[in-house]
Amino acid sequence: MRRPQPAWALPALLALWTIAASATAPADPVVHAATIEIKGFAYAPRTITIAVGTTVTWRNLDPEPHTVRSGDELVRSGALDQDETYSVRFDKPGTYHYGCSIHPQMSGTITVQ
Amino acid sequence: MPSDAANMASRRHALKCLAYGGAGTLFTLAGGVLTPSNLAFAAGGTAGKATGGVPLFVQISDTHIGFSKDANPDVAGTLKSTIELVNAMPDRPDMVIHTGDITHLSKAAEFDTAALLMSALRVIEVHTTPGEHDVADATASEYFNRYGKPSANRGYYSFDHHGVHFVGLINVLQFKPNSLAALGTGQLEWLEADLKGRSSSTPVVVFAHMPMWNIYQPWGWGTADADQAMGYLRRFGSVTVINGHIHQIVQKVEGNITFHTARSTAYPQPVAGAAPAPGPLKVPSDQLPKMLGVSSVSFKRHPGTLTLTDRTLV
Repeated sequence: MRRPQPAWALPALLALWTIAASATAPADPVVHAATIEIKGFAYAPRTITIAVGTTVTWRNLDPEPHTVRSGDELVRSGALDQDETYSVRFDKPGTYHYGCSIHPQMSGTITVQ
Repeated sequence: MPSDAANMASRRHALKCLAYGGAGTLFTLAGGVLTPSNLAFAAGGTAGKATGGVPLFVQISDTHIGFSKDANPDVAGTLKSTIELVNAMPDRPDMVIHTGDITHLSKAAEFDTAALLMSALRVIEVHTTPGEHDVADATASEYFNRYGKPSANRGYYSFDHHGVHFVGLINVLQFKPNSLAALGTGQLEWLEADLKGRSSSTPVVVFAHMPMWNIYQPWGWGTADADQAMGYLRRFGSVTVINGHIHQIVQKVEGNITFHTARSTAYPQPVAGAAPAPGPLKVPSDQLPKMLGVSSVSFKRHPGTLTLTDRTLV
């Protein structure tokens, strides 16, 4: 059955953009466990650098539901209502861009190294 | 200068309208031109007759079944009131279009409740397009399992009704991160082909969930590639583009194209940029005049609706 594919895609474009950005931006400190708060229609911190094997947990503090979605299947939450969490363990190095499928204005990036 | 009595009547009427959550929008077809009017007033017994047209459809939007926070702990109740209003309309049309956010969290139980409530509508046809709250489950399957058939699970489709061509579009699955909603290339190609052989004198109604013009980009209130769709629609003599999502009435006219956003039946949202973020707006009674102000701006853009409002208030 055909399903519309949510397209956070543009992975190639985003990857190029990331390479260009990381060449100039100062590196974030590497952490081994991470919680990202969703508050005020934003991911905080919006950009995070983690070690391979780190589990990242998103917690939605807003009274409005949010999701956490990247272009691939690795990061793909359902609707997180207030105080609900979603966790993903990152086992492969790389840069992961994600956003909220309910609010297009939201975005975040995880760098795994 | 309105009298005190008029003010009281105005306040009572406003409270009544607010209690119905804005209810919906009635569209009538008169001389090939679609005229939206506010349903809360239409149910007062004058709007359907006053426009002198053929009732075409009622737009219901953003019912958010499953929401239970302070802004409205009883969204099922307000949807029920809305349906009662529709059923009681003197010139009730035979079709309802729900422009999305049927549910709040895309849960099966929420869809079931919504369907049960909507089944009380005394209309022949109900059409839908999903909101982002309807496709928030990880596989987007709850919505499509129930409402995917007319579009073969693509989310976009068209049909004709009373000589009007209706186009349902989906703009909640292809967000660009940190940007706006989008239709996507495949859907745009389909739209171009769908409209190609049609006479420019055919009235067209386009319905989608998110605004089809850029209302407020910082809150994502727009569709990035909507202009391309408008390019295919511009040659038609009468185009009405309706959506929900922002829970308040905003209208724009551009040539032959009228853009109209509907209210929610669940809760209001702040005016674009009037809060740090969009979301449910709790309205205490002392904030009511502010809410009414928002509504009256919209009414000024509809001369017909404004007239009805004045009459009711007196």
